[in-house]
Amino acid sequence: MLLLDWILIVIAGWLALGLAGIAALRNTAFVARTLFPAGAALGLALAGFALAAMFDTPQTAILALGLPDLPFHLRLDGLSAFFLFVIGATGVGISVFAAGYFRQGEGTPPGLLCLEYHLFLASMAMVVLADDAYAFMVMWETMALSSFFLVTTNHRVPAIRAAGFLYLLIAHVGAIAILLCFGVLQANTGDYTFANMRAQSLPPLWASVAFLLATLGFGAKAGILPLHVWLPEAHPAAPSPVSALMSGVMLKTAIYGLLRVGFDLLGAQQWWWGVALLAVGLATALYGVVFSAVQTDMKRLLAYSSIENIGLLFVGLGLGVLFNAYGMTALSALALTAALYHVIGHAFFKSLLFLATGSVLHSTGERSLGKLGGLMRRMPWVAWLSLVGVLASSGLPPFSGFVSEWLLLQSFLFTTDLPDSFLNMLVPVLAAGIALIAALAGYTMVKFFGVIFLGQPREPKLAEAHPASPLERAGLVWLSAGCVLLGLFPVPVIGIIDRVTQLLVGGGIGATVRANGWLLLAPSSLERASYNPLAFLVVVGLAVLLAAVLVRRFYHGRLRRAPAWDCGYPAQTARMQDTAEGFGQPIRQIFEPVFRMRRELPAPFDARPVYRVTIEDHFWHWLYLPLARLTERIARVVGRLQRGRIAIYLLYSFVTLIVLLLVAKS
Amino acid sequence: MTFTGLFAQLLAIVLALALAPLLTGWVNQWRAWLQNRRAPSLLQPYRVLHKLFNKESVVAETASPLFRVAPYVMFGSMALACGIAPTLSTDLSLAPAADAIALVGLFALARVFISLAAMDIGTSFGTLGARREMLVGFLAEPALLMVLFSASLITQSTSLAKIVETLAHQPFAIYPSLAVAGVAFTMVSLAENARVPVDNPATHLELTMIHEALILEYSGRHLALVEWAASLKLFAYSCIGLALFVPWGIAEAGTPLTILFAIPVLVAKLAIGGVLLALIETINAKMRLFRVPEFLATAFLLAVIALLVHVLLGA
Repeated sequence: MLLLDWILIVIAGWLALGLAGIAALRNTAFVARTLFPAGAALGLALAGFALAAMFDTPQTAILALGLPDLPFHLRLDGLSAFFLFVIGATGVGISVFAAGYFRQGEGTPPGLLCLEYHLFLASMAMVVLADDAYAFMVMWETMALSSFFLVTTNHRVPAIRAAGFLYLLIAHVGAIAILLCFGVLQANTGDYTFANMRAQSLPPLWASVAFLLATLGFGAKAGILPLHVWLPEAHPAAPSPVSALMSGVMLKTAIYGLLRVGFDLLGAQQWWWGVALLAVGLATALYGVVFSAVQTDMKRLLAYSSIENIGLLFVGLGLGVLFNAYGMTALSALALTAALYHVIGHAFFKSLLFLATGSVLHSTGERSLGKLGGLMRRMPWVAWLSLVGVLASSGLPPFSGFVSEWLLLQSFLFTTDLPDSFLNMLVPVLAAGIALIAALAGYTMVKFFGVIFLGQPREPKLAEAHPASPLERAGLVWLSAGCVLLGLFPVPVIGIIDRVTQLLVGGGIGATVRANGWLLLAPSSLERASYNPLAFLVVVGLAVLLAAVLVRRFYHGRLRRAPAWDCGYPAQTARMQDTAEGFGQPIRQIFEPVFRMRRELPAPFDARPVYRVTIEDHFWHWLYLPLARLTERIARVVGRLQRGRIAIYLLYSFVTLIVLLLVAKS
Repeated sequence: MTFTGLFAQLLAIVLALALAPLLTGWVNQWRAWLQNRRAPSLLQPYRVLHKLFNKESVVAETASPLFRVAPYVMFGSMALACGIAPTLSTDLSLAPAADAIALVGLFALARVFISLAAMDIGTSFGTLGARREMLVGFLAEPALLMVLFSASLITQSTSLAKIVETLAHQPFAIYPSLAVAGVAFTMVSLAENARVPVDNPATHLELTMIHEALILEYSGRHLALVEWAASLKLFAYSCIGLALFVPWGIAEAGTPLTILFAIPVLVAKLAIGGVLLALIETINAKMRLFRVPEFLATAFLLAVIALLVHVLLGA
């Protein structure tokens, strides 16, 4: 059997699990203890098959599903195998966690949740396998709908229904753009297979139209500016495993789509496409990270951080296009490698962090950062494992986030080789932007971890917080192991990514990297730059160990516990710690124009002083609310036609008929 | 990996560990002299370290293990930073393991750990210090990266050893981009090492302190490690500055003898650098905290301008 068949069997297995869930609609124990672990096992199988497929030749299949004469074309090549691997490998951790997470009382019955969840996984896998526009759109919509139902799991809460609606709306705006994009790509041949689209050579104007439509359509799913508004609403609304799946995996299908259309189908020909992606990506990343730093809800904070990471991915893709358009294949491959490395790195660490918030939420019932604190002592496993995610997310060596950041900065340093002096000038500005974003991400993550897990509990009820269940821990361990391994062994991973870049731009850095052994990462030449994460870790570790041993050997290890010193102030309460607002205050002050901020300050004579600050997105007031008002006005005009009387509707029909007859006659 | 490389590497780390407190003592001495005070002994930092190591550690009841791990992580990171900054020789065994970007990442790692440790106890000063430290960090870190990038663009490499080797080989010429970057680097170093005008290492005045607020809860051996790591950081920054802007005298792939010759040169350069640092600290007043972002943003912009200058002039 071909690998593609095995992969289809895995996907069918997910669907079967979903149907089994329907059969056991309210049997929480069966769904959680049997179906979700089985789904995790299938995810592991998918990751294994996908990994094997990376080293195989492309395979195709035709499924006789759907309309007659319009079967699903499927194709498994390096690019789809890479994303299948991301879906499978991340899915394992999330499914194991979900097995310990979903309980009674989440709104939707567990069996239905199981169906939606596995349908979501299956549709994501099918999206990256689709080889014609029809199959792609069907799967894309299945993905959007199944995730919509997952987001609205707690559908009795009005705010969650509103978040779900917003998500569905923007997903469909994007879907329309993608549909139009495919329409342009088929170039009047009427053949919607990707093979045909690849064969067409569109005139530059139409190619650009298709590229911009793809950027808009996939950007809406990924959450680029200004289509990002659904992310901070939908992520907090969804149950944590769903947020993890959406943020860690679903956003990546949009990156897949952009790679497929922009590089594979359109060939990434024009340099200004790259500049457009760079500009959008940088703006998105900066906006995301600044907003992330001032959030007070832990899941909103992570959602904005996802926006930031998507921005960084777009920057990587933009550089890839830019280099490719000037025929610098190796550098284009370097930039794409950075982006793809970040795809898998982000999938792991962001899923990990979202799942950790899920454990905290279940254990404390609190999502607001201002009411958490000190959980490291109550939930040590979750705390230490999320510390790994936090360090990876801040782009600190030797974890996974640093590798992709390092590769991205390296590719920036090569932009001076571009033949256009205007583009050369952009380098410093963009590189500075990336460096600033990376540093701000560190700020945000210190806030996230410090406020939730460190310090003293801000509420008395936190003393009763219970540790996460063993299955939840197992899921977190899997994902954090991914963060560590991706950070320590970049060379084998880049060897795999090499297959993808070979396919996309016809070049790769795998051979160059492998020339220096499997530990030392040198993307162009040893002279130019190199990084060895394992040596890095070993030296820091040795220094730590040596210091600890020497201190013990020559001095003593005496330790006394006492109340905190705090400059001798006697009355310390947990309320005196920085809240999330307090920790974000410097960012709020420095980036003030970015926020739409309203502040109510107490007057000196208030008996009950109140301080309130609300921070909103400018884009609501610049774009969405005017659009909504416009829509309402049009709806009112159209509404005048609706009189609610049969006679008038009959009149409409009659007039229409007359007009049609006149048209037909002439 | 050559024998001389390994020798130079070990020597560089040992020398840094041994000399870093001396540099701190030297700066303190000069600061006292310039301010018309009687100076403490040059060896005072060693005595303080010895005293602190001998004392028992008092750890707050609310502290988690992270609090006790952080000083070691900070110390280890700074030891590695001193190892990869080319102090004596450009032929270092660890040079391929970590380049300029990794060095910046290393400083960030230490900063994140010490900030988290400060938040761990849950006191008002701890979180205040963590917030201020991260505030300084998020502007200083990209500025430092941009400074190193200016040098990377000139030398076509991000490997620190390679950068210094190339710069040392050039006939004496003032690069306009490096001159601007030098100013930015000085500003960043002042901020990162908790020096006047950004922070005052000699005060526990709650309204102004940054670094001291972070480490307020540490005592005994933990405090000793943090203090030692802080001097290592100053040493590393001084060495990077010297290596980038006055690279002459650093030994290249040679015999152990040339490396030994490089030691007095390094000590002399550090001594002059230390006096200059004391001078800057004496003639400047400490800024209000709200002015710090402005100061650092200036450093950041200068560093970006340095890059632009390089792209425009090709030098």
